[in-house]
Amino acid sequence: MPEKTVIEAVREGIQAEMRRDDSMIILGEDVGSRGGVFLATDGLIDEFGENRVIDTPLAESLICGVALGAAVNGMRPLAEIQFADFVWPAINQLVGEASKVRYGTNGVKTVPMTIRVPYGGGVRGGLYHSQSIEALFAHTPGLYVVAPATPYDAKGLLATAVRTDDPVIVLEHKRTYRLVKGEVPDEEYTIPIGKAEIKRPGTDISIITYGLMLHYSLQAAEMAEANGIDVEVLDLRTLRPLDAEAIAESASRTGKALIVQEDTPAVSISSEVAAIIGERCFFDLDGPITRLGTPELPPMPFSPIQEAAFMPSPEKILTAITKLAEI
Amino acid sequence: MAFNIELPHVGESVTEAVIGKWLKSPGDQIEKYDPLVEVVTDKVNMDVPSPASGTLTNIIATEGETVAMGAVIAEMETTDGEVEDTSDSPTAIEPRPTLKSPLEGRIGTLVQGANVGPTGGEFVDTSLTAAKSAGSVDQNASDRSAASSRRKKGFSPVVTRLAAQHGIDLNSIVGTGLSGRVTKKDVLTAVGGGGARSISVPQTLQAGTNEDQVIGPSPIRKMIADHMVKSVSEIPHAWSAVEVDVTGMVEWRTANRDNFEREHGVRLTYLSLTLSVVANALKGNPRLNSSWSDGNIVVKSAINVGIAVAADVGLVVPVVHGAADSSLADLAGKLGGVVERARSGSMTLDDVQGGTFTLNNTGALGSVWGGAIINHPEAAILTTEAIVKRPIVISDNGIDSVAIRSMMNICLSFDHRIVDGAEASVFLQSVKSGLEAITLTSDLK
Repeated sequence: MPEKTVIEAVREGIQAEMRRDDSMIILGEDVGSRGGVFLATDGLIDEFGENRVIDTPLAESLICGVALGAAVNGMRPLAEIQFADFVWPAINQLVGEASKVRYGTNGVKTVPMTIRVPYGGGVRGGLYHSQSIEALFAHTPGLYVVAPATPYDAKGLLATAVRTDDPVIVLEHKRTYRLVKGEVPDEEYTIPIGKAEIKRPGTDISIITYGLMLHYSLQAAEMAEANGIDVEVLDLRTLRPLDAEAIAESASRTGKALIVQEDTPAVSISSEVAAIIGERCFFDLDGPITRLGTPELPPMPFSPIQEAAFMPSPEKILTAITKLAEI
Repeated sequence: MAFNIELPHVGESVTEAVIGKWLKSPGDQIEKYDPLVEVVTDKVNMDVPSPASGTLTNIIATEGETVAMGAVIAEMETTDGEVEDTSDSPTAIEPRPTLKSPLEGRIGTLVQGANVGPTGGEFVDTSLTAAKSAGSVDQNASDRSAASSRRKKGFSPVVTRLAAQHGIDLNSIVGTGLSGRVTKKDVLTAVGGGGARSISVPQTLQAGTNEDQVIGPSPIRKMIADHMVKSVSEIPHAWSAVEVDVTGMVEWRTANRDNFEREHGVRLTYLSLTLSVVANALKGNPRLNSSWSDGNIVVKSAINVGIAVAADVGLVVPVVHGAADSSLADLAGKLGGVVERARSGSMTLDDVQGGTFTLNNTGALGSVWGGAIINHPEAAILTTEAIVKRPIVISDNGIDSVAIRSMMNICLSFDHRIVDGAEASVFLQSVKSGLEAITLTSDLK
């Protein structure tokens, strides 16, 4: 099977969906002639033309508002927010409106739109190119939020997102775009929304994670194995709805759960995962539900030294694993 | 009037029950004595009736929960003041005390009917100025060391559960966790498996076939399991058995059955004949009709014989009360009644209370010998085994001959704290002679 990077898998996935469905359009900043700042849409304007691959002004409220209007009128828009850090002007269009259309029209109208949002830090992006924005969207009923971390999952979940008749936020971690390479079939396939996946089976501790932290956690698990600790790594893949069954099954089986995320912990994905484990696994727990995230501070620092100190790393995860294993 | 519905006490030795299906939902109008909820106690399913008329407002004990007798299981609003007091204490309807919170004033209250939000209205000042975070209080060194020693004794939920499940004394395990904490692995090792490993299989590798089936026990199954474990772990069982020549009893029953059943309208079974004999034997051997209780032997004045019945839901033991003082016809009638109610799941509380001895007719299923588990807290249980025709040596005036006789084994399990083998044998001989005394010419009523 051919090996591809995450960004190649995303591009291939978009192209396949565009070919499959004529009602699909792409819109966003620089997605046309520039091919996207990460080249996710590179070359697509040549194949599909500027009526289907639309460069927009620098206005996220417009991008999401136009996508919403197109979606309720029968098109299948795929919007790109250039950086997650700039999604905030579109909160009204996404959280305030798109999430509520199906309910508000009594099911007469649906919103088959997908918003691709590159997010996350560790790329020396500083305050405005490093943010984790998932908690706010994952909090919102009416939105689906997926966060694929591997090339295979990126292509499969993108296809599912595009074909879903409700708004889906696809969070792509910028650091994974060219960092992670893996097998991706050339042909079409989909991955169901709401299904986590055990990326590494283990018996002593369950790490529950997503995004870039999946890869750091897998590295930490390898290191822990050398110390005789058998770590399971569960990749959430979908952040709304969370796969509560998979989370509870894994945590119950090992009795110890470590939730790793890049976002700050307070009122975050890890809060919700911890609540699920607390509610469902009480009598199977053999240690405190443990969380690892970034410090409760507003920015991702720009200085490389500070950024490295700020982000969770395989070493920090290993420390948390060891501590939890020894309890 | 708000009223707490309590789980009624249903008799001695029953201290808790498992809540079954709720027959009413919050908001339902209920009449006094309407069945409210099914509960499962040691040996019986029963419906708890409503103590008053009114509206059910809240269900507190949910399905599957184990609840102590007397605990509040639901709340209702009564339409009239008349309430049947089912509790032991007069405090059933005392209002909940108002808690004085240390945060009072900082929490604020909701203003009923006030407009809150963008359309206007005031927000109530909750005066957060007094806030002093409890977390900011410095924890001194002695606190920390106290916490550390607590951790040594603290068992995690899974450790507690596994220990209870496997009957392991956690104090006997040397912990390998932090500060000597007993971990899940330590318990599994003590159980003798380290079993956690065997079940970790990635989803893609699951075979999907030949898997063991795991069945969650029904409430009554769980009750039976707990009851058996209790009996076996508390009572030092000893066993004894004798053969009984019941040829005469078989002949008598064959000859009198039709008349008896026509006259009394009840079935005449071997079990009712045996029950009658056993009850009389218990009268002469009161030690077999007693209980070991807090280091004393409590000899029961009543002779109430429980009958083990295989109902659809599992083993149940309805009780025939006053067995020693009844005529055969009475006894047969009582026996038929309780067995029928046990099989149909419609036993009353009375049917399961007050047993002092248990009779188990295992012979009905073809068994010829058994070592039954005593029905805790009774002193003994007797099984009557299958009646089988066998060649038997009979001595008549010093002349031995072989005859074909109807033979039945009776097997006694007894609490060796209460009786020794000698007394058990005397009782067994008494039952044996009672049964063998029945002949074709007996005048039994």
